[in-house]
Amino acid sequence: MLETHDLRKVYPTGDEALTSISTTIEGKEFVAMIGPSGAGKSTFVRCINRLTEPTSGTVELDGTDLTALSSAELRDARRNIGMIFQEYNLVERLTVMENVLSGRLGYVSNWAAFRRKFPQEDIELAYEILELVGLGGMENKRVDELSGGQRQRVGIARAVVQNPKILLADEPTSSLDPETSHDVMELLTDIATDHDIPVLINIHEVDLAVGYADRLLGLHDGELVFDGTPEELTDDTHGVIYRGEELTTTEAKRAIPAGGRR
Amino acid sequence: MSVESVTWERHDRRSRLLRFAFALGGLIVVLASWQYLELDLRDFGGATAAFADLATRMFPPHLEYAPEIVAPLIETIHIAAVGTMAAFALSIPVAYLSAENLTPNRLTYALGKVIVTVSRSVHTIIWALVFVIMFGPGALAGTIAIAVRSVGFLGKLLGEELEEIDAGQQEAISSTGANRFKTLLYGVFPQIKPAVVGLTIYRWDINVRGATILGFVGAGGIGVHLYTAVDSFAWRTVAIIVLAILFVVILSEGVSAYARTKAQ
Amino acid sequence: MVAETEQPRSTWHRPTTFYDHRVKWGIYVALAAFLAWSLWGILAGVGLSRFTEGLGYGVTLLQTMYPPRTEAGDLVRLGDRLLESVAMAMVATAIGVTISIPVAFGAAQNLVSRPIYLLSRAIISISRAIDGLIVAIIAVMAFGFGPLAGIIAISFKTVGFFSKLLSEDVEDINMGSIESVESTGASRFQTLVYGVVPQIVPRFVGLTVYRWDINIRASAIIGIVGAGGIGQLLMTAYSRYEFDYVASILLGIILVVLLAEYVSAVVRRRVQ
Ligand SMILES: Nc1ncnc2c1ncn2[C@@H]1O[C@H](COP(=O)(O)OP(=O)(O)O)[C@@H](O)[C@H]1O
Ligand SMILES: [Mg+2]
Repeated sequence: MLETHDLRKVYPTGDEALTSISTTIEGKEFVAMIGPSGAGKSTFVRCINRLTEPTSGTVELDGTDLTALSSAELRDARRNIGMIFQEYNLVERLTVMENVLSGRLGYVSNWAAFRRKFPQEDIELAYEILELVGLGGMENKRVDELSGGQRQRVGIARAVVQNPKILLADEPTSSLDPETSHDVMELLTDIATDHDIPVLINIHEVDLAVGYADRLLGLHDGELVFDGTPEELTDDTHGVIYRGEELTTTEAKRAIPAGGRR
Repeated sequence: MSVESVTWERHDRRSRLLRFAFALGGLIVVLASWQYLELDLRDFGGATAAFADLATRMFPPHLEYAPEIVAPLIETIHIAAVGTMAAFALSIPVAYLSAENLTPNRLTYALGKVIVTVSRSVHTIIWALVFVIMFGPGALAGTIAIAVRSVGFLGKLLGEELEEIDAGQQEAISSTGANRFKTLLYGVFPQIKPAVVGLTIYRWDINVRGATILGFVGAGGIGVHLYTAVDSFAWRTVAIIVLAILFVVILSEGVSAYARTKAQ
Repeated sequence: MVAETEQPRSTWHRPTTFYDHRVKWGIYVALAAFLAWSLWGILAGVGLSRFTEGLGYGVTLLQTMYPPRTEAGDLVRLGDRLLESVAMAMVATAIGVTISIPVAFGAAQNLVSRPIYLLSRAIISISRAIDGLIVAIIAVMAFGFGPLAGIIAISFKTVGFFSKLLSEDVEDINMGSIESVESTGASRFQTLVYGVVPQIVPRFVGLTVYRWDINIRASAIIGIVGAGGIGQLLMTAYSRYEFDYVASILLGIILVVLLAEYVSAVVRRRVQ
């Protein structure tokens, strides 16, 4: 279970990217965070594993406050958080297998990492997951030989091989064509159910979000302005998220979360 | 439309004028240099004749001398290999210090830049002069000279390579819970590996050439023999030594080119 | 067919650029052995004391170098010789580049016949393989001490470097535009002037300035074997153990070299 309380981020430039975000994500929920460019979506997911250091507030994963951890403790905690990136962020010159296995780096010694020597279970798991994401037989290809869709599958495999307690994805479909985007979304929903973990994904294509997510979070200017099911996303709430319009009072009750939904 | 073409032409005329001034300035400087050095065209006319004369004196190369240059040639190769190896080891921390995105702080960055600049602004042969005084004549001084000069070269270029790495790859590795060492190993090193291997081999190739002249200042290798041969006007011996140097250098160039394609 | 159900695969080996893992290890072992042999060749008979003493001498050397000599007469001689080096670099660049032009065209595979191509390539290979100081030491014996020998040596080195790079550009020339000039009925010379030259002029200027920069460095040390310039003064001071003067000379060389590097960088940025 992931819980954020009053999560706030002010960049050194003075940009207040997140004002005060409180929300809870649990079970095998597939949560899509939507909002215009610059709303703070990336900042939010990056604050969860502290790739971006939050200014104040807390992030709790299964009861542990991640913001209070030392850097060594944070490393151990990060092993439980899988992350998928818009630009894939794969190590281009390594093979598919090495990229997938790098998801297990938190569990092996420096010396084993240096020799590229991973335990048997890790390798079995990696093969299994490559099969799952549809890259069976590709393990020896170098990543820079792959197409965008294949790369993102490697990115997903690297995150899943961590056996994470939550999966984060920052615009995983933005660099892909529409058809591949659907494949990737489907894969992510399958993973949420099969591995019984929540998935939080940032996305700006609303129709993709509505099509696949169990729940939507709407972010506007660093503020959480919508929290509900895809069915609850009306034209009005859409206007709130994307144009910052005021809501009528009846809808406001439904749309604006009171300290996070339970 | 017409306004555009007018401004475009004016611009072109000005740059043409600038180009002309640049060429004229260059020509004047060259002519002034010629005057300053009190050169005479006839000297150069004599050059062809002198070289032809030398060539006949060098022929046929003194083949019987060949066995005597094997050992100094091997020493030359050793100097290049050890010098490059030492420079490689030293250049990694130097590159790390002089890469703006990785260096710990401003002071370490400055230190990295100073090391690179000092090493690079002095020619290998001058470093050799210094180390001959410190460590005495011989291959050791030459090796250290090669190493010290190469550190700046490798440190600078590897540092630039480090500055251009994709931070996303590094970040992705650290987000899996990998520590700094593993992040460097998986997220940074693969990105620079071709450059590390390629540049080191390339520098080794340069160093093979560089090592052939260290003997002129007493820093070991084949240069000692060449110097003696030239000094005593033993032109046929000079010829065989130069041929041997050509052979080694062209061989190392081939090895270097082959190895660099393998490192891609 | 044996009923080979999907066995979980439990091992994985990184594919290698070499043909297989045994070849890879063979190459690594051979390389390590070669380096070990070299290391032994250099360090055999050299005690640790040689290093520690050497570092001690280094400190002494630095102490004798500081403060660098600044007497007026010495500085004038220093400036005079520095100027000589710079002038040598100028003349040698001009001569070398001029000779390079025919050699570069000769070394462009797409423009000339096979024998001319091979001859030009041979000139380039030899010029590039032999260090400038080797050429200089021979030139000094042929022409006597002084800048003439240095200029000849540096020009010779310039030809190899410059022709090689220029010929690559000539080979890269867009044949389409040559054909379009040729199709207007132009002669071979006209084709060269209108089709080839405009494509390579900016690169030519950039390369010239770049080589000039390298030649400044070369002309500063070529005097070590008596071929003129500041290097000759350096060698005299060095052999007389006048290390404070050596320090002044080195500072002068570094200043000129850095200045040339700066000028060359600025000009090349403006040209490209
Ligand atoms: N590294 C940064 N430094 C300063 N400001 C930043 C940085 N990253 C993002 N911002 C600012 O924070 C705000 C939110 O950005 P981001 O989280 O990237 O939004 P989104 O992912 O929704 O497009 C924007 O105004 C952006 O300019
Ligand atoms: Mg974003």
